[in-house]
Amino acid sequence: MMEETAPAGTMASRNSNAFDQAKVPAAQRPRLVAFGSGFEPVFGLASRAAALLVVLVMAGIFATLCYQSFPAFKTFGLPFIFNSSWNPVTDKFGALPAVTGTLITSIVAVVCGAPLALGVAFYLNELCPFRLRSILTTTIELLAAIPSIIYGMWGLFVLVPIMSKIIQPAVINALGPLPLIGAFFQGPPFGIGMLTAGLILSIMILPFIASVSLQAFATVPVALREAAYGTGASVWEVCYRIILPYTKTGIIGAIMLGLGRALGETMAVTFVIGNAHRIQMSLFAPGTTISATLANEFTEAFGKMYLSSLLALGLILFAITFVVLVITRILLHSANRKIPV
Amino acid sequence: MKLDPGILRKRRLMNRFMIGLFHLAMIVSIGVLAAILIKLVADGVHSLAPSVFTMSTPAPGSKGGLFNAIVGSVLVVFFAILFAVPIGVLAGTYLAEYGRDSRFGHVVRFCNDILLSAPSIITGLFIYGLVVLPVGHFSGWAGALALCFIALPVIIRTTEDMLRLVPDTLREATIALGCPYWKMIVSIGWRAARPGIVTGIILALARISGETAPLLFTSLNNQFTSFSMNAPLSTLPIVIFQFAMSPYRDWQQLAWVGSLLITVTVLALSIFARLFSRRKT
Repeated sequence: MMEETAPAGTMASRNSNAFDQAKVPAAQRPRLVAFGSGFEPVFGLASRAAALLVVLVMAGIFATLCYQSFPAFKTFGLPFIFNSSWNPVTDKFGALPAVTGTLITSIVAVVCGAPLALGVAFYLNELCPFRLRSILTTTIELLAAIPSIIYGMWGLFVLVPIMSKIIQPAVINALGPLPLIGAFFQGPPFGIGMLTAGLILSIMILPFIASVSLQAFATVPVALREAAYGTGASVWEVCYRIILPYTKTGIIGAIMLGLGRALGETMAVTFVIGNAHRIQMSLFAPGTTISATLANEFTEAFGKMYLSSLLALGLILFAITFVVLVITRILLHSANRKIPV
Repeated sequence: MKLDPGILRKRRLMNRFMIGLFHLAMIVSIGVLAAILIKLVADGVHSLAPSVFTMSTPAPGSKGGLFNAIVGSVLVVFFAILFAVPIGVLAGTYLAEYGRDSRFGHVVRFCNDILLSAPSIITGLFIYGLVVLPVGHFSGWAGALALCFIALPVIIRTTEDMLRLVPDTLREATIALGCPYWKMIVSIGWRAARPGIVTGIILALARISGETAPLLFTSLNNQFTSFSMNAPLSTLPIVIFQFAMSPYRDWQQLAWVGSLLITVTVLALSIFARLFSRRKT
């Protein structure tokens, strides 16, 4: 008891007397440096090295892809990107069908997925009963957890029959004869094709867009929302006139993130795209994407030029997603700088 | 002031319509999730026999299971996580502690953000060029490495976010007592952030368990039962891909069983991770 209540200085001075440097051997003297300080440089260096590895991986991806695709770009030159032939027999390769397929499916995915995701986000933010909110948010997030190959199988065995028997014939009858739009909805209803791939992608990117949008919604000052409700605004008016303008940057960032995801999605698309190296107007026509081409043909690619062309496709894909993700990052960073009140 | 009933009615109608659409969006999203799960259970459960876990992948028309694919998947994912956890936690620690505002820290954070959302198929191509081509053959190690680089950004991101939630006053108090910096990180930072870091690791585990694309170029597939990490290794996602695309009924049946196994595992991991973080924080 006495010791605990004694002033701190007493203990310290007694200690320094007891361990007088001249009398006590070095091993028993109190440590002036804290235990384990010697490990500090090791730990600091290890954490720095681990961080450096991330940069190296990033640089390594670019370097490897550039190096491996060099033969293709050397042979075909820059027109590789704009050439639409893909013929492994004659060793003539061009990236255009795969690139346009990638862009079209991703655009379909965003056009269908973004409104759906925003609807979900607005529902969770404004309408959802408080008790259900965390359960429903988790449920939506689980959509992102399902592996892409499961989406692919489900798409092939469930969605494709529905598309070919019900949706596509109906759409062809309704929109096919129309002058301009009609060109997008032509041809036999195979079920597989660009539109089916885009629809599956839209479901896959939905949870990403919804959850990033919800994060942006959380930055809207409560006072602003309540003031709007207080003056008699309806739920839709609060969403459209308060939340939407306030979180515009964040929402665009969320949609760009979804786009980035859709561009590189592989397995789900591979199952339902049809793998045809042709450029067609119709969304019902089978096509291909960069990732689907890689997944389908890589293991069967024989010959240096074939392999190199496939890796060149990979480089193009990485370059496109890189640009999209950099834009996403800039948008989301400036959106998150708003401090929630 | 007199309210114009026409405008009021229009606003009310618009509101009803949009609220209806929001509900519809929610129903569609949850409906798709339900449809996927129902289809998986309906087609997977009735072929779920003990032989799935004891016999190896069959030739078309003969009896078999998924034993070698399951073991292969477990091996590849296990080694991937084994490499990714120490590197990821250390790198995340660097970003949250040492390099919080340094220039190098910003570069690392930028690269990590890109890798987090970059297509997984690109990582597969990278390992193909880095490991498979120089070594000369596909291998389980290459697959594990590819998955490791996919898990890494997830772990780094969550570790950094969770460490940043630890109050700086706690850090300052520890340092003021004379504790070395690394010890402060280990016994204060990591301890306080542990539930969050573990959640990140489980989420990374869930993410790589179902990854298919990068394995196509790295561990490929093996129709024989082999558990050597130095040789091509059959894994569950790749076997599902091969069997589902095949015209044989019995192969497709096995693909559904495999899909059910993977989905149940991944969903269980994701839900567990969320419950874990919610309970502890």
